[in-house]
Amino acid sequence: MKLFSKIYTFLIFLFLYAPIFVLITFSFNDSKSRSVWAGFTFKWYNQLFQNQEILNALSNTLIIAVISALLATILGTVAAVGINSSKKWTRRIIMNVTNIPMANPEIVTGVSLMLLFVFINRSFGILKPGMTTLILAHKTFCLPYVVLSVMPKLRQMDPNLYEAAQDLGCNPLKAFFKVVLPEIVPGIVTGMMMSFTMSIDDFVISYFTSGTTQTLPIAIYSMTRKMVSPEINALSTLLFGIILTLLIAINLRQIKDKNVKER
Amino acid sequence: MKNRIILAPYSIWMLIFVIVPMCLVGLFAFTDSSGMFTIENILSVGMYSNVVLRSIWLGGISTIICLIIGYPMAYFISKMSQGNQSVALVLLMIPMWMSFLLRTYAWMTILENNGLINNFLSLLGIGKVQLINTRGAIVLGMVYNFLPYMILPIYTVLEKINPSIIEAAQDLGANRLKVFLKVILPLSLPGIISGITMVFVPAVSTFIISKMLGGGANLLIGDLIEMQFLGSAYNPNLGSAISLILMILIMICTGIMNQFDSEDSNGGLIV
Repeated sequence: MKLFSKIYTFLIFLFLYAPIFVLITFSFNDSKSRSVWAGFTFKWYNQLFQNQEILNALSNTLIIAVISALLATILGTVAAVGINSSKKWTRRIIMNVTNIPMANPEIVTGVSLMLLFVFINRSFGILKPGMTTLILAHKTFCLPYVVLSVMPKLRQMDPNLYEAAQDLGCNPLKAFFKVVLPEIVPGIVTGMMMSFTMSIDDFVISYFTSGTTQTLPIAIYSMTRKMVSPEINALSTLLFGIILTLLIAINLRQIKDKNVKER
Repeated sequence: MKNRIILAPYSIWMLIFVIVPMCLVGLFAFTDSSGMFTIENILSVGMYSNVVLRSIWLGGISTIICLIIGYPMAYFISKMSQGNQSVALVLLMIPMWMSFLLRTYAWMTILENNGLINNFLSLLGIGKVQLINTRGAIVLGMVYNFLPYMILPIYTVLEKINPSIIEAAQDLGANRLKVFLKVILPLSLPGIISGITMVFVPAVSTFIISKMLGGGANLLIGDLIEMQFLGSAYNPNLGSAISLILMILIMICTGIMNQFDSEDSNGGLIV
């Protein structure tokens, strides 16, 4: 039984990683073929860094992710504070609306936002599909994640603290920044990081709201349709390396934190 | 009063970017291109019932396969030592962080006619097998992309089960199979339910996986919607009607699933 579970776990991980390793291996292949090995090379990496389209897409992706994550974090945090102190039925309605983008299939969210932008563009002549619509769309699908990661921190907080600060002479704004905000910072950071990664990773919603603007996932998609360029393997390898380093770093930090706490 | 001011920006934002777009989908679904009311669009979705059924069928099969191979995996991970558990979880999450486009692209290169598997088969003297552009390839792509979404929620539930409950069942004379069927499985039901929803919803509404691995012949609902909005068959009214039906389909599925879930968690509360 022990042996069986080990073999089984190994096979599942093999299934999950084999395709990624195939991509990585062929990113160093000195031929356009994706099945025959023709020697070691870095040329696809060189070509990747000279590919203006990809570099543009990368900078678009990062700009959109930073702006929409920041905006979503600010609006989402304010919203969470408001929801937390509102009456039961208001809270219920707003939480239900918050859940809509999370429960809906991505393609429906994408299509509905596309209809909205087309409608606004036709009626008012503003919001041509592009960076602005992408930021608006990304901010919208990030918002629920911020609200849902800040809410639990607010619930854990002792509501008397805020009142105590006010009794001691803080005005409401000062009481919020001095007392409430420090308590909920971890939730805010989690929400912002989730928004940032979701925004970078998003393809489906961007696909319907981007017009001709390219983000990295959209550029990847158009590359896969051409089916020839090994540059895409090089790109996957780089992204895999970055993700691996980040996750290992995060985990090492967590283990360190645990050790410190145990001491 | 003050609360209303704090909530106003968020409420207005959600109204404009969530509620209004949903209403637009509804509006487009029930009007024709000149804006007149019609139920023609909804009716003509019937013409594509084979596509709808195929999506449900392939999404359903993928969900079941994910459950069958994901459950043991979640169970084995929950039985590992604490350190190994966190390593296993990180290993599960790394592929999830890679763009699903790249993961699917990887399978394209493996399955294609001159791909790794076929080259290997011809080395062995067996002829080439058509792997890509089949329904099997779509199911494989779905299982590959969504398997972690099945394993993680089941693991979370299994890991929380109090071992003394299992010991108690054993003390009372239950054999291994009985312990599993009567204790572990019912207690892990909430995880199974959320796993099923987390796999089925994206699987049934996907349009990239079918396009990349299924070729043009195996259209799914997602492809159909995409074609009406960005593809050759531009018709946002029909596209909205299909989206509306997809939404209702998924609402029904999650509704049924939540039914199971709430009953079970109520039972759990009494314990």
